[in-house]
Amino acid sequence: MKLQEYTSSKHNFEECMKCTVCTAYCPVLQVNPLYPGPKQAGPDGERLRLKDPFFFNYALKYCLNCKRCEVACPSGVKVADLIMAARIKYDTSKPKWRDRLLASTDFMGHLARPVAPIANAVTSLGITKTMMDAMFKIDRRRTFPKYSPRSFEAWIGRHEKEQAAFSEQVAYFHGCYVNYNYPRLGKDLVKVLNALGVGVQALDKEKCCGIAFITNGLKAEAMKHATHNVQVLGKAVDKGLMVLTTSSSCTLTMRDEYPSLLGVDNSHMRDFVMMATRYIYEKLEKGATLRFKPDYHKKVAYHTPCHMEKLGWGIFSEKLLRMIPGVEFTMLDSACCGIAGTYGFKRENYEASQAIGAPLFEQIKAVNPDVVACDCETCKWQIEMSTGYSVMNPISILAEAILCEKDK
Amino acid sequence: MKFNTVIIGGGLASLVAGITLEKAGKSTAIISTGQNALHFFSGSFESMEEAPQRVTDLFAEAGIQLHYNPGVRLMPMGTFRKSTLSLEDISIFPEPAIGHKALIVSFAGYHDFFCQFLAEGLQKHGVQCSIKLLNLPELEALEQSPSEMRSVQIARTMDRIWENVVREIRILLRDEDTVILPQVFGLKDTSVLSRIRQGVPAQVVFTGTLPPSVPGIRTQMLLKRRYELLGGIYLMGDEATGAHVHEGKIHSIVTHNLGNHFLEAENFILATGAYFSKGLRSNPFEICEPVFGLDVEQAAERSDWYNPEFMREQPYMKYGVATDATLHALKGGEPLRNLYAIGSILGETRPELGTGGGLAIRSALAVADQILKPTEE
Repeated sequence: MKLQEYTSSKHNFEECMKCTVCTAYCPVLQVNPLYPGPKQAGPDGERLRLKDPFFFNYALKYCLNCKRCEVACPSGVKVADLIMAARIKYDTSKPKWRDRLLASTDFMGHLARPVAPIANAVTSLGITKTMMDAMFKIDRRRTFPKYSPRSFEAWIGRHEKEQAAFSEQVAYFHGCYVNYNYPRLGKDLVKVLNALGVGVQALDKEKCCGIAFITNGLKAEAMKHATHNVQVLGKAVDKGLMVLTTSSSCTLTMRDEYPSLLGVDNSHMRDFVMMATRYIYEKLEKGATLRFKPDYHKKVAYHTPCHMEKLGWGIFSEKLLRMIPGVEFTMLDSACCGIAGTYGFKRENYEASQAIGAPLFEQIKAVNPDVVACDCETCKWQIEMSTGYSVMNPISILAEAILCEKDK
Repeated sequence: MKFNTVIIGGGLASLVAGITLEKAGKSTAIISTGQNALHFFSGSFESMEEAPQRVTDLFAEAGIQLHYNPGVRLMPMGTFRKSTLSLEDISIFPEPAIGHKALIVSFAGYHDFFCQFLAEGLQKHGVQCSIKLLNLPELEALEQSPSEMRSVQIARTMDRIWENVVREIRILLRDEDTVILPQVFGLKDTSVLSRIRQGVPAQVVFTGTLPPSVPGIRTQMLLKRRYELLGGIYLMGDEATGAHVHEGKIHSIVTHNLGNHFLEAENFILATGAYFSKGLRSNPFEICEPVFGLDVEQAAERSDWYNPEFMREQPYMKYGVATDATLHALKGGEPLRNLYAIGSILGETRPELGTGGGLAIRSALAVADQILKPTEE
């Protein structure tokens, strides 16, 4: 009997009521008519694909994986998972070199870090951008993230003893961005946690979470990273440590995408991987205290990254920011900024990417904050490039606002 | 995390309760599993025979103008239905008649608005109808993907090019006294509705499309924005999966996304809707309420749940969560002291509160008032 195979799937397409609510919330559908939309690409398409892979539509590559369809679905259908899983399963086209390059954030970081000043100067040159555009179809209008000459891994390594002195300990999954581009965020987290009496340990050689491999169809690489990380994080969890993160996308990938898209079992560590904002909030709720600078003042507008929306943990960032005396808080309408990791860097997506983000950029300009707060690094690049406003992780704002031992 | 009130469900009833409580200075959170019945909203609040000032004020403060006008409105099949309190999209007529000649205007390639049915229905009321489908170059991009040419997609374009539609209608209009358009206007800016009405030299009637409902999504967006502006926390895409109950009181609830971070509150409001939104579930043996396992009023025999004649009134549609006089939900026959049920999860167990939008608004206000009332305890 093939009936079962034809009519049910891991990502519950059969529960779709065809109400079309998801299509109203898909940011891509609003700007790119080539994209069939989440209902068609997800549950409707799945029914056909199960019968014959011939029905796989290559236009599914326009999906951002922002998961807003899933968040909107009244019937709990895993619409975005259906689309991503179909791409992994049926897309037989060989990933382009460009996509490999963009997805290999770990590898690129390794290469660029030792020569960071040169790499940064070169990637900001007009001629380099033109060449990358011509050779790889990486859009020349993009601003590239800067590399840091010193990695966070090296810094935390130097502070190992000092951190081990704290009675309470956590592990930190810093991710590629903190390690190669912006170690400052990692240091900010250490500052806040230390102020709470918690020491920070590095993991035993973490790898990139692999989200860019998943979205760029590099399944083997994604599997390799997932299996490695599950093992490394598992080790920390076995030692009784929580694993904290500062990137909403890394967190969603390791908690939810590993099992649902890659089939990698993470059940033993999933509940112990947590955004640092949630950990800190819970600590404060249980009675821990932070002391804030009396003269701190900042107008902060918070942007909920799509993957944070999916995690449902934006509430912790919001609560923490509102807790800071002197912070004037505005919640921005929850909307996609358009970058979606590597998506917006590709020449064919540039216009769509900017059009998707346009309402958010307008709202930011209207609010005119001192700083935009956001827990995602790629949203940060996009918002900074497109609005000129600077973007800080809530952890960095917290670090800036607290008084520590040294300040006394 | 602790709140004064945690509301489970994110639709009309929840938002009305949430806004009322936030305005009174109570901290609240709304947990919404996906989008809600406002996405299927006709634009007219069912069973609202009166228009209390506090209701129209509450909506006006969110940027939604309601008008009160007992009469009938035009339905998508060319029939008429009783209507009173409505959004400004809806035209109300004193009786089922809209004029002598009507021009029905829709868009080429748009399949969610049935001009022919509308015309046939109206002809029975003595209205002569002609149908025109506009071919707008701005909609060509949408037509590339016909399966996704939906009301909301068109409405996004119309927010920009509604003036072109007015121009086309002025060219097409001959001696018709009425122009009927699908409800695909004013998603972001409701002033578009009155500007179209002013720009067309005939009476303009906006009529419902297949879902999603453009006036409904606008209403949802504005109410949610108002709620968040007041300080309310709207947890979109999360789901209440269980509760900690102690001596007849809910202590906290568990949600899918927050896992072992429980949401505590003084009061809990259950507004998860009926079957579509899974506020009520059925299996071969019973109809149940999944979060708290509350009592659901239902016939004991499954064969009595439904009428085999499909188009007849179906008894199961009337079933709902059992409550006491003050809308406290019952479990095992006993009221849970700080849990209230509001909106369509009540089914028709409280006929005095009405149905649909009327039930949602009345029950939400009744419960919010109770929570705000100083307690004797």
